[in-house]
Order: sequence, then C-alpha cells, then structure tokens
Amino acid sequence: MLTRIYIPRETTASSLGAELLVDAIVTEAKYRNLPIEIVRNGSRGACFLEPLVEIETTSGRVGYGPVQQEDIAELFDANFLSGGKHRLALGNVEELPWFKNQERLTFARCGLIAATSVDAYKSLGGFVGLHNALKKDGKAIVQEVLDSGLRGRGGAAFPTGIKWRTVMDAVDVQKYIVCNADEGDSGTFSDRMIMEGDPLSLVEGMTIAGIAVGATKGFVYLRSEYPLTQTILNEAIVNARAAGYLGDNIQGSGNSFDLEVRMGAGAYICGEETSLLESLEGKRGEIRFKPPLPALKGLFGKPTVVNNVISLATIPVILEKGGKHYANFGRGRSLGTMPFQLGGNIKHGGLVEKAFGLTLRQLIQDFGGGTASGKPIRAVQVGGPLGAYFPDALLDTVCDYEEFAKVGGMLGHGGVVVFDTSVNMAKMARFSMEFCANESCGKCTPCRIGSVRGMETIDKIVGAIDDNERNKQHIILKDLCETMESASLCAMGGLTPMPVMSAVKHFKGDFQ
Amino acid sequence: MMPVASPARLQEFTLELATNVVHECKDQPGALINALHKLQETFGYVDEAAMPMLAKLFNLSRAEVHGVTSFYHDFRRSKPGHYTIRVCQAEACQAMGSEALTTAIKQLLGCDFHETTADGNFTLEKVYCLGNCACSPNIMVDKQTYGRVTAESFRKLTATLASKAQSSKEGSK
Ligand SMILES: Cc1cc2nc3c(=O)[nH]c(=O)nc-3n(C[C@H](O)[C@H](O)[C@H](O)COP(=O)(O)O)c2cc1C
Ligand code: SF4
Ligand code: FES
Repeated sequence: MLTRIYIPRETTASSLGAELLVDAIVTEAKYRNLPIEIVRNGSRGACFLEPLVEIETTSGRVGYGPVQQEDIAELFDANFLSGGKHRLALGNVEELPWFKNQERLTFARCGLIAATSVDAYKSLGGFVGLHNALKKDGKAIVQEVLDSGLRGRGGAAFPTGIKWRTVMDAVDVQKYIVCNADEGDSGTFSDRMIMEGDPLSLVEGMTIAGIAVGATKGFVYLRSEYPLTQTILNEAIVNARAAGYLGDNIQGSGNSFDLEVRMGAGAYICGEETSLLESLEGKRGEIRFKPPLPALKGLFGKPTVVNNVISLATIPVILEKGGKHYANFGRGRSLGTMPFQLGGNIKHGGLVEKAFGLTLRQLIQDFGGGTASGKPIRAVQVGGPLGAYFPDALLDTVCDYEEFAKVGGMLGHGGVVVFDTSVNMAKMARFSMEFCANESCGKCTPCRIGSVRGMETIDKIVGAIDDNERNKQHIILKDLCETMESASLCAMGGLTPMPVMSAVKHFKGDFQ
Repeated sequence: MMPVASPARLQEFTLELATNVVHECKDQPGALINALHKLQETFGYVDEAAMPMLAKLFNLSRAEVHGVTSFYHDFRRSKPGHYTIRVCQAEACQAMGSEALTTAIKQLLGCDFHETTADGNFTLEKVYCLGNCACSPNIMVDKQTYGRVTAESFRKLTATLASKAQSSKEGSK
C-alpha cells in the first residue's frame, strides 16, 4: 500500500534540513522496498517542530519532529510509516494543544495540503469565496468586507472595506490591485508562511479584490529575501491560470484578472505603500507625499488597492463564510483573528492565529512556552522594528489594536520578539536609531539626520561621566524623538521614537 | 548543517550577454528593477558598462539608472565571491546571540561586512530579517536560509562550501 508522507517545502523547514530529508526518505524507502508518495505541503506554523514529517495512516495523520537526516533509518526501523512509536513521535498533530487552542481562519489550510495544487485547495473550501463573489456585484462584495470588520494587517490597521470602496468608486479605465509582500518587519513571517503554504488563498483574495473594484491586473511586490516563496507563488499562479482562476473570463464569468510577481531589492522602506509603488514603477523607493491617496492615484497614477498579504489572503474565508461570521471573532474594533508570530528567544516559536483578545503573556507563555534560554523574560518587542518594547509588567496587555495604543505600543503586523535577561536595552534603542539611519529613504531631515543624531545621543548617554551630563542628554534625546515623531513625512521616521522611548521609559537603568 | 543547493555559476560580464538577459524586460512597464536583478543573477553584480544600455532600453538618463541602482541594498557594483553569505542583524536574531555569531563569522572568514575573503570564496553581507525569526540566529547563503546557526555549524558549512568552490574553480580551468 502506498503511504503518503508530508514534508514541508517551506523556508523554515528547509533552513533546518527538510530538503535533505526528502532524499533520505526516498532512498531509504526504495532500499526497503516500501512504496511511498511524498507531498510537499507548507508549514503548519509550529517552527519548533520543523522539519515536521507527517504520515497519513489509517488512524489519521501523525507527526514526527523535529526530524534530522540521521533519524531516518531509525524512523523506518520504528515502522513510522504505520505510525510506529519513536522518541520523535507527536501523535495526531492537530491534537497538540499548540494547534488545538488556535483559531485558524486565514491559515485554515496552511500546512495541510500540497501548497500549489488547485484540486487540494478546492478540497478544503478553496475558491468557494470567489464563486460566491462572482454572484455578487462590486458593492455587495465590498459590503461583505465592511461587515467583516477586517482592518489591514500590514501595520496601519486601516479598514480594508473602506479602502476598497474608494477604489471601486474611482472612475478610470485601468485600476490595480497591489499586494504588499515586502514583510520587512523583523520578527514577522506570516506573509511568507501563507505564500509558501497556501499561496492560492492570496491568488483568490486578489482576484476577488480585482472583481470588486474593477481592476484587471495585480502585482505582488515580494521581498528578495524570500526566493523560495517566489518559486512557490509563481507555481501557484501558473496552476490557477491553467484551471481558469486567473486570466480572461474567469470561470466563464466574463471577469478578467491576472497577476505578476515583482521582486523588491532589499530596501525596508519599500514596505511603505507609496515607496512600494515607486519601486514597482522601477524608481528609487522614495516616499510620495499624500494626498493624493494611492486609492485614487496609485500605481502609474491609476486607482490602486494596496493591501498586505494577510489582509488579502483573509478575503476568501470572509466571502466563503460571510463577513458576519468573521466579525464574530475578536472584540471591540479589533475583529477577526490575527496571525501572531512568536520569535526571538522563545521556546516554542511559530505562527499562532487567534482571535484578538488574548494577552501577550498568554501568547508567550501558553503557546510560546517562555524563553528558549530558560532565563526570565526581560523585554518583548511587538510590531516590528518600529514597535514598542514591553517590560514584564505590561505583558498582561490584551492583544487588540486599541489596548496596545493605550500603553504606547502597536500590534503592527503581529510580530512578537522575546528577549531574556541578557539583553541591554540601551543597545536595542541605539539599534532602532541605526536601523532608521540605514533604511531611511532620505527625503526628509527629521528622519535622515535625526536618526544619526539619535545614535550619537544614546552613545553620549551611555558614556556620560555623571548623572548631570546623562540627564542633559536624555532631554536632548526626548526632544529629538518628539521632532522625529511630529515632523517626519512617513512612519519610518515618525515611529522610530516608539521603540527608543519605550526602552528609555521601561528600562532606564540600562542607559548608563 | 549541510549545504543544500549548489549555486548557479556566475558568468563573466559581456555587454552582449547583458543586453540579451534584460531584453525581455523591455516591454514590461517599470521593469528596471527586474532588469537589474537579471544582471545580478547572471554576473553577480551590475557592471558599470551596462548602465548606458539600461538607460537606453528604459528611456531614462544614466543618472536615473545610477540613482535607482544605488538606492537598493541588493545591487552590487563589483563582482562577489563564489558564495554570498548574509548574516541577519535584526532583533529576533539579536535575541538569540547574532552579535556573538557575527563576530565569530568575521573572525572565521577573516573579513568584514561588504568584503570578500582572500581566496575569493565568500562575500559577507548583512541582512535585516530573513523571515525565519522563530529559529534564530539565521544566515543565508545565496538563496538558501540556514536556521539556528552556531559558530561551529557555520565553520562546518563553510568548510564544505569552500571545497565545493575549489573543485568548481578547478573544473572551469
Ligand atoms: C516604514 C514602513 C514599512 C512598512 N512595511 C510594510 C510591509 O513590509 N508590509 C506591509 O504589508 N505593510 C507595510 N507597511 C504599511 C504600508 O504602508 C500599508 O499601510 C499597507 O501595505 C496597507 O495594507 P493593509 O491595509 O492591508 O495593511 C509599512 C509602513 C511603513 C511606514
Ligand atoms: S520619514 Fe524617513 S523614510 Fe519617511 S519620507 Fe522621511 S526620510 Fe523617507
Ligand atoms: S530577525 Fe533574523 S530572521 Fe527575522
């Protein structure tokens, strides 16, 4: 009997040796004369279990992980193809609390199926949302998105439905859908995971967006640090086109929409939407003045929806199950689910999709299992390099956009980076300024010059000969941050003070 | 930590080959960055001699092409080593000791960031986040990411890669 084995083709698994497992398993199975079929799925998101090998057995799908090349012979000896006992055996993966306690809507299929197969995608509800959308007019589709309460997952949390309505109402012969797949925030990888594990959900989401607002062409702006993602996404696009889900006359509906993947070139600022549009036009990624909004004058001056990968990949489930269903998750003005990404010094790192409303501590302790080093947690940065540092005392903050704003932080793209007691927070604050200096587009002074001055000032604080001098420099740093915050053209310069000042506020003792 | 894929061999720059590889970008709107990527993939860098050709192809001034090329961290202006190693310097990797790892790597290779080892095998670069932040610290060799890297695993990896680079150099003689 043919045994089906799942081995992720995905960056995390690959970074830990998954490609070597494929060869090793094929060779060993041949040697033992055991018929197998290997399915290349995405990751389920439990990075700490990767490479996670799963076997389809008569009693369900059982996992082994993390598996290394040298374990393969032993696994065959233990009869793992029938779910045999072994020290790496995890049983039914979905029964592990780490998965069981998640609420997966956007990532419902991720890691379960051959990532680029249209048939596999459809077998788990794929393209139902698109078929539902094809029965509606643009207004009704946008209404579903408005009802869902979905806010952009790229960082700024702007209501997706309102953005779409603006583009829908704009009159022009050409409109565009642009997917922001620049994922520059350190500590984040949800965009990558869905593009590698369930890329067709992004294809479907963008197609629905195109149909809703009347755009026939879409671009995915993908960061160049993700070459495997590029391969997988392009494969998915080819497969979707072959199955009539992209191109002319989609599913006989008369609607046309097609997609192209364009690579970024290692500039963090190109994640900001206007800089991204400049880059897509082949220019330097300098920030544009707003207005005009990209929704009205975006790519090549045409009305353009710019949305994050997760925002767009969440559209299919909203159109499949209804906006109201999605809005049943979450709380207040933070509706639906958020794919949190646990990284840094964390024992059980990976992707946790949960409705808004749990606390940061629940995420880090219940899912993450605390630090990897076993030392106490000292600081947690949420929301990427422009996000605030939280001390232990703030870890009971509820994960919701407004609650985070109240304590001077932001959820951003949902990255959670944990540091243990070995961290020096003055160093981290200096790093924030240095990063801003490196990645600034250079268009405005508060950011370009301010960040360099910020580095110097932090050096002076740390090197101050006495408290008097140190306090003086602290005042200068505070002034500088206020200027950057209020006078920068975009959030790069405008938000760099957030990690810096949160470090000063909560960890002042480190600044000497 | 074993190497996964062998790199595509870089070619010697000629204007003719350069013109050929970017030709298909001509009719794509705004595809200058695509073209620069193609050059870099073929030759490992963007040669000065390709600039006027790009300017003409995209109907831009040479200054504009220069401006774009210099804006993006990815584009090199000189030939890299056989392998390009990028070491993540961003926060999640810092939380797992990337600073010490970076020091060890520089010592092992005997070169700093933006430099190439004396034997021409490795060019060292930094990168901010490889999107593998739950398995830090991370490095990338050409297009392959490696997670949970230690000084020791790095030493073994580069030893294997160095011998591969060596045999490929001998093979091309
Ligand atoms: C410096 C900077 C970097 C950004 N990087 C990203 C990014 O990598 N990915 C992303 O989706 N949004 C990023 N954004 C936010 C975008 O400007 C924009 O708000 C987003 O793409 C809109 O999509 P959404 O509404 O679906 O979130 C960045 C913003 C700034 C200021
Ligand atoms: S704040 Fe910085 S990145 Fe933003 S426009 Fe000004 S210089 Fe450019
Ligand atoms: S911070 Fe190093 S991979 Fe993300």
